[in-house]
Amino acid sequence: MTNKSTLKQLFSAGLINGGIIIFLGLVGMIETFSQRDIVSGLVSMGFILLFLPFFVFGYSIAKKEPDQSLRTVLFAGGLTGLVAGFTTALLPILGQFVNIRDMFMNASPTLYSILNFNQGIYLGGLILMIVSGIIGALGAGFLLIPPRLRNAFLQAVVWTVLLGLMRDLLIVMIARWGAISYIFRWIFASSGLTITGALVIFFLVGVVYYWRSGKKQDLPVKKILSKKQKNIRFGKLVAAVILMLLLPQILGIYFSEILDNVGIYILMGLGLNIVIGFAGLLDLGYVAFFAIGAYVVGVLTSPEMGVIQITFWQALPFALLASVTAGVILGLPVLKMRGDYLAIVTLGFGEIIRLLSLSDWLRPYLGGTQGIQRIARPFIGSLELKTQGQLYYLIVAAILIAGFIAWRLKDSHMGRSWMAMREDEDVAQAMGINLVATKLSAFATGAFFAGLAGAIFAAKLSSAYPQSMNLMVSINVLCLIIVGGMGSIPGVFVGALVLMGSPELLREFSEFRYLVYGALLVVMMLVRPEGLWPEARRKLELHESMEPDALPNDIPTVTENPAG
Amino acid sequence: MPMLEVENIHSYYGNIHALKGVSLTVEKGEIVTLIGGNGAGKTTTLRSISGILKPLEGTVRFEGEDLAPFKPHKLVAKGISMVPEGRGIFSRLTVAENLDMGAYVRSDKAEIKVDLERVFTLLPRLKERRSQVAGTLSGGEQQMLATGRALMARPRLLLMDEPSMGLAPVLVESIFEKIVEINQEGMTILLVEQNALMALSIAHRGYVMQTGEIVLHDKASNLQTNKMVQKAYLGME
Repeated sequence: MTNKSTLKQLFSAGLINGGIIIFLGLVGMIETFSQRDIVSGLVSMGFILLFLPFFVFGYSIAKKEPDQSLRTVLFAGGLTGLVAGFTTALLPILGQFVNIRDMFMNASPTLYSILNFNQGIYLGGLILMIVSGIIGALGAGFLLIPPRLRNAFLQAVVWTVLLGLMRDLLIVMIARWGAISYIFRWIFASSGLTITGALVIFFLVGVVYYWRSGKKQDLPVKKILSKKQKNIRFGKLVAAVILMLLLPQILGIYFSEILDNVGIYILMGLGLNIVIGFAGLLDLGYVAFFAIGAYVVGVLTSPEMGVIQITFWQALPFALLASVTAGVILGLPVLKMRGDYLAIVTLGFGEIIRLLSLSDWLRPYLGGTQGIQRIARPFIGSLELKTQGQLYYLIVAAILIAGFIAWRLKDSHMGRSWMAMREDEDVAQAMGINLVATKLSAFATGAFFAGLAGAIFAAKLSSAYPQSMNLMVSINVLCLIIVGGMGSIPGVFVGALVLMGSPELLREFSEFRYLVYGALLVVMMLVRPEGLWPEARRKLELHESMEPDALPNDIPTVTENPAG
Repeated sequence: MPMLEVENIHSYYGNIHALKGVSLTVEKGEIVTLIGGNGAGKTTTLRSISGILKPLEGTVRFEGEDLAPFKPHKLVAKGISMVPEGRGIFSRLTVAENLDMGAYVRSDKAEIKVDLERVFTLLPRLKERRSQVAGTLSGGEQQMLATGRALMARPRLLLMDEPSMGLAPVLVESIFEKIVEINQEGMTILLVEQNALMALSIAHRGYVMQTGEIVLHDKASNLQTNKMVQKAYLGME
C-alpha cells in the first residue's frame, strides 16, 4: 500500500518536523510561550507551538498521498508524527549526556520537562512519540473532513487562540465598559480563557462560520446589486465608519497607541506601495522621506531649534514639500537604474539621511544624537491633539486622504504608466510613456506619503530622534507590503495590522519578532506569494489554474471594461 | 517625398561601431523588409530610428521632419508605432489593458473605441481573450497582441521587429497574413526579419544587411531570385 519512496518521504518529513520543534525549543520559544496560557491550566501557547507542527505535517503529508483512503492517510500522518516525535525526544536524551547548554542557552531542564511531560527522558520520550503520532494521524484525518466543516473548525481554533493570547489586553479594555463588562468577565481566567469561555468561543465561531460559508456558496459571479442590496451595503459602510470613529473610546489607551503606530505604518505602506507595487521601483531607503518629514516639522516647530517657531499645521506643508523635493532629488540620479542597482543606491540614500541627522556637523540644526524635543502638537481650534485617542483621528484622516489618493491614482493615466513601466521600461517608452516623468512622479508621490507619516510621527512623540529613522523602518514597510500583497491597497492595511499590530499584542513575541518575520516571509513566498489580500491581477497571474486554450471560444467575456 | 528616410546613419554601442552608414527609404503604403543574419544590425537600425539609440552621424526623417531632437516616447505622437522584438507585451496586464496602453498618448475616447473594434475585427482572438492576463496567452497570440497594441496608437508607420521570432511555422504564416491585411488597409510597414523567405514573400522592397551595412537593395521579387540571397538566407544552392 505504501511503497518505498513514499516511506522515505514520510521519514524525511518527520525528521524536518522534529528539527523544527528542536529549533523552536533551542531558540527559547517553546519555554517562553509555555508561560502564556490560552485556556487556563489546560492549554498554553507553548503547548500549541509544540504540537501544531505535528498536526500541520500530518495534514500536508497526507495531502501528498496519492491514495486518499482512510487507512493510508492515517498511516502516513501517524508515521510522520511518530518519526517527528522520536527526533524531538532525542534532544533531552542528548542533553542528558552532553552539556549543550554552553551553546544553546535555552536548552534548559524546563524545556526538557515540557518535551517529556515531566516523566523523565525515556518514559517521557515514549509518551511524546505516542502523542505526536496520534496528533500526526489526527492532522492527516483532518484532510478527510468536508472542507466546509474543516474551515469552520480552523476559524474556531484561530479565534479561540487569538482571544486567549490577547486576554490581558482585552481585560483592560472590557474594564472600561462599566456594567457591560460583567457580560464578558466569565470568559477570562486569571491567565488565558476559562474552559467554558474557550468552549463557548470555539463553538460560537465555528457554528457562525459554518452557517455563513454555506450561504455564500451560491454566489459564483458578482451580481448587479439591487437597490435594496445597495442600501444594505451603504448601511454597513456607515456602521463601519461609526465603529472606526468610536474605536479609541471602546478600546482604551493601549490599543489606541497600537492603532496609531499601525496607522503610521499604513501611511508609509500606501506610499511605498506606489513606488514598489505600482511602479516596480525597489526603494530600500524609504525611511529617508519619513525622517525628512519628521525633522522638518521638528525644526520648524520646536522652541529648542532657534530658527523659527510656527504651528504644526503651518509646518506641515513645508515638511511635505521637503519630502517631495527629496523624492525627486533621489529620483534624478537613479533614472537609468533598475532592480538591484536601484535598491543599493536607495539603501545608501536612506543611510545618508540618517547619518546626517546623527552628525555633529548638523547638531546645531538637527540636534545630533539628542534629536529634537518639544515638537509642537497639532491644534484643532483650541484643542490640542495630545492623547493617543485624539491623535488617532488625525492619523485616520491622513490615511483616508492618502488611501483615496492612492486608490484614484491606481486607475488613472499615471497609474497605468507606472504599471507599464513596472512591466517593461523599453516597451513602455515605445508606447509613448515619458519614463523620466513617470519615475520621478512615483518617487515624489511615495515621498509625499512618507513625509506625511513622518510629520505625524514627530508630532505624536513630540520629538524626533535619529534612532527611530533606521533601516529597519524601510524593511518593515517593505515586509508589510509583501505580506499584504504587492500593489494591493487593502493589502497594505492587512499587512500593517499583521506585522505591526501583532508584536505589540503579544509581548513575548517581540523577542522573536525578526525570527518570526523571516519565517513568515519564507512561508508566505512558498504558500501564498501573492500576499494576504492580493491585487486582483496578481491572483490571476499566480493561480491561473485554467489552461487558456481549454476555454471554449464562444464564452462571452465577463467584464466589458475590466477595472485595472 | 518618402515617408521614412534614413540617411547614412552611424550608431555605436560603446566602442563598437554597429551601424556603418545605413541608408534606406520607406514609401507610403509599402511593406519594406530589412533582412539579414544574426548581429547584422537590423534591430540596431530600428532602435536608431526610434531614438532609443541615438545615431552619432546621419539623419532619420519622418515625413520630411528630422527626428533627432525627439525623445523616444515622443515618436508615438508623431505617428510611428513599434512592435517590439520578442513580443514585448505587458505580461501582467490584461489583453484589454495592453491595448489601452497602445492608445496611451491619445485622448480622443470615441475614436479609440472605434480603433479597438477595428483591432478586434482584424485579430478576433484578442477579443475572446480580452480579460485574460497577457502573460498567459500563447506565443502567437502575444505577437498578435503586440501588433494590435501598436495599431491602437493609430500610427502612419509601423515598425515591426522580428514578428516571427520563436513561433511555430503555422503561426508565422498567420501572422504574416495579418501583416498583409494591415498593409492593405493602408498602413506603411517596415519589417525587420530573420525569416527572409517569409518576409520577401509579402514585402514590396527589401534591404539586405550584413555587419552593419546595407549590402543589397532591390524589389522583393528580385531579391527572392538573387543568387547571393538565395544562398545566404533562403538556404538554396
